[in-house]
Amino acid sequence: MQMQLVDKSLGSPQHPLLLAPTRLRTWSRPGGTCGDGEGAGGVPHPIPSLRPPAAGTMEIVYVYVKKRSEFGKQCNFSDHQAELNIDIAPNPELAEQFVERNPVDTGIQCSVSMSEHEANTERFEMETRGVNHVEGGWPKDVNPLELEQTIRFRKKVEKDENYINAIMQLGSIMEHCIKQNNAIDIYEEYFNDEEAVEVTEEAPSAKTINVFRDPQEIKRAATHLSWHPDGNRKLAVAYSCLDFQRAPVGMSNDSYIWDLENPNKPELALKPSSPLVTLEYNPKDSHVLLGGCYNGQIACWDTRKGSLVADLSTIEFSHRDPVYGTIWLQSKTGTECFSASTDGQVMWWDIRKISEPTEVVIMDITRKEQLENALGAISLEFESTLPTKFMVGTEQGIIISCNRKIVCTFSGHHGPIYALQRNPFYPKNFLTVGDWTARIWSEDSRESSIMWTKYHMAYLTDAAWSPVRPAVFFTTKMDGTLDIWDFVFKQCDPALSLKVCDEALFCLRVQDNGCLIACGSQLGMTTLLEVSSGLSTLQRNERNIASSMFERETRREKILEARHREMRLKEKGKAEGRDEEQRDEGLATDLEALVSKAEEEFFDIIFAELKKQEADAIKPKPMPQQPSSEEVQVAQEGEEATGERVGDEEEEDLA
Amino acid sequence: MIFLVEETLKRIQSHKGVIGTMVVNAEGIPIRTTLDNSTTVQYAGLLHQLTMKARSTVRDIDPQNDLTFLRIRSKKHEIMVAPDKEYLLIVIQNPCE
Repeated sequence: MQMQLVDKSLGSPQHPLLLAPTRLRTWSRPGGTCGDGEGAGGVPHPIPSLRPPAAGTMEIVYVYVKKRSEFGKQCNFSDHQAELNIDIAPNPELAEQFVERNPVDTGIQCSVSMSEHEANTERFEMETRGVNHVEGGWPKDVNPLELEQTIRFRKKVEKDENYINAIMQLGSIMEHCIKQNNAIDIYEEYFNDEEAVEVTEEAPSAKTINVFRDPQEIKRAATHLSWHPDGNRKLAVAYSCLDFQRAPVGMSNDSYIWDLENPNKPELALKPSSPLVTLEYNPKDSHVLLGGCYNGQIACWDTRKGSLVADLSTIEFSHRDPVYGTIWLQSKTGTECFSASTDGQVMWWDIRKISEPTEVVIMDITRKEQLENALGAISLEFESTLPTKFMVGTEQGIIISCNRKIVCTFSGHHGPIYALQRNPFYPKNFLTVGDWTARIWSEDSRESSIMWTKYHMAYLTDAAWSPVRPAVFFTTKMDGTLDIWDFVFKQCDPALSLKVCDEALFCLRVQDNGCLIACGSQLGMTTLLEVSSGLSTLQRNERNIASSMFERETRREKILEARHREMRLKEKGKAEGRDEEQRDEGLATDLEALVSKAEEEFFDIIFAELKKQEADAIKPKPMPQQPSSEEVQVAQEGEEATGERVGDEEEEDLA
Repeated sequence: MIFLVEETLKRIQSHKGVIGTMVVNAEGIPIRTTLDNSTTVQYAGLLHQLTMKARSTVRDIDPQNDLTFLRIRSKKHEIMVAPDKEYLLIVIQNPCE
């Protein structure tokens, strides 16, 4: 029986008949290819044939037959001469589709082919350990503890010829150098008094120095940072989860103090009973820290005593909401502080008696001291040069300036004010951050801020002035960028914008020398950045420029405020005048009538002008180009004039 | 000869600003010192390694060169090391400003 097996699968490279670009049907026999199988019965012959199938492509088929009775028989392989089964001649017609190219330019490099790979190694964990240096090197017969033996050894060495020669020679060299040192100080600073006033034209830049990662498994956001007051070698970071009731189970409450030299392991862990939202070092006593907890309590630590809370306020008298702002006050005892929270209260504490606040102020701007009307406080500001005044930034976007009692308010932000800081050089101006802008205010201008940035794409979370340059401030955003603004250099954009990390940045603190910035992110990563010297050294004339800018903007705002006030008074005046005749609805309809009348007049004047223009166009013109543009200009001016006139007419009507 | 050695070392010690002098051998054993033992041992161990490193650096750059003197100027004082095949002479001086 003959059978034909047609296997549609494209054969393996071992098959003899592959290769043609045309569609190829090959036969493959499991168990390897074999030549003519010899066995009892018929010898299957391969019958290669070129059968042009209906589609028009060449089909090469390799057919072999096998008797059914021979299925399953053992394969007997034999050697076979190579047989040319199919010879596919090249088709010269295809060559006509190509054009010969002569010469051909190809680049060839005769070198070893190489590839570039990058690999990032695992973080190298280092630990500092001390080694006890034990005296060694003594020869075996000398016991280093025995004084006699060592003395004897030394005496023996001193008698050595080599020793004598060596010392003589070395001694003379040494004396020469000693005398040199005594004669001249080669590292003397010439011209110490004149400071180098180089205007470095280098672009502002900042680079990351170090990263402190939260060692906990469950990552919490770094919500507040505080630099150590002496020398700034340490950084206290408060970690907590600010999502309402979404703190994962098992989240640790610890906050850490990091030593800048050792980014792998925090120096000290502070263990409160509830996660800390803010943390501040006492500027007078660098061992004492004040922390505001998520549950509203105030806690303080003494680093000499360890990581457990030294003092904790009682829950009944603490805040009812997380404590968002805590600041130490300047007092003789250095133990007074105050705190603010979104429950609308600002409390004063003395940490010696932290169980109860010494004073409570309710942030109620209607001055009725009602807790229900109070605005939630998010940020707190206190300047030690103005010891009785403080400012509170609220959730509602209003800044309240207080002097133990509420004095005045500034409104202008659309969202909670996350940062509030006075300019260290010009305390009358302060910086706030809230919604998508950062604004600079002056105390004199209550209606609005004097300077503001444009609306950004991401929410701004924190801001700080630079302690060395009055015109530089830093802001952080929810998309993980840090912006450095320098408004004597550029006002509409940040001078430098850096993407620090992919997650949101929550807080920012500048070190006192103005060079190092620490910012904390949502996953607990605190990044330490160093800014270029251009941004951290006082520029020539900068203080004057900055103060003149503040004054100029304040004056502009004052003028605008005065203008607004005038307009409001006028409106009030006209409203009162109207009240004698009609009521408020009458006023509304009258306004509409006025508007329609104004529109009519306006269009009348426009049409009159157009008609005049057409009439002029019909008249013969000596110079076709210019008069028409002049006419257009005149027409435009006429329109503007009529616009103004309409306005004046309106005002005259109203007056 | 030994007397000369003594005199040399005494003279060095008496120069203005010199805080301490010590002679250390190749194994790190202090032969003569004017400072206390623990300081001497510390200086001996550390400076020996540093001198070796400095010498090998100089010779790596130019094999025909050799280290003759090593001066380390720090904020507080200057450490001067005169190396030899077998011994090290170390002097700590506070340069006058």
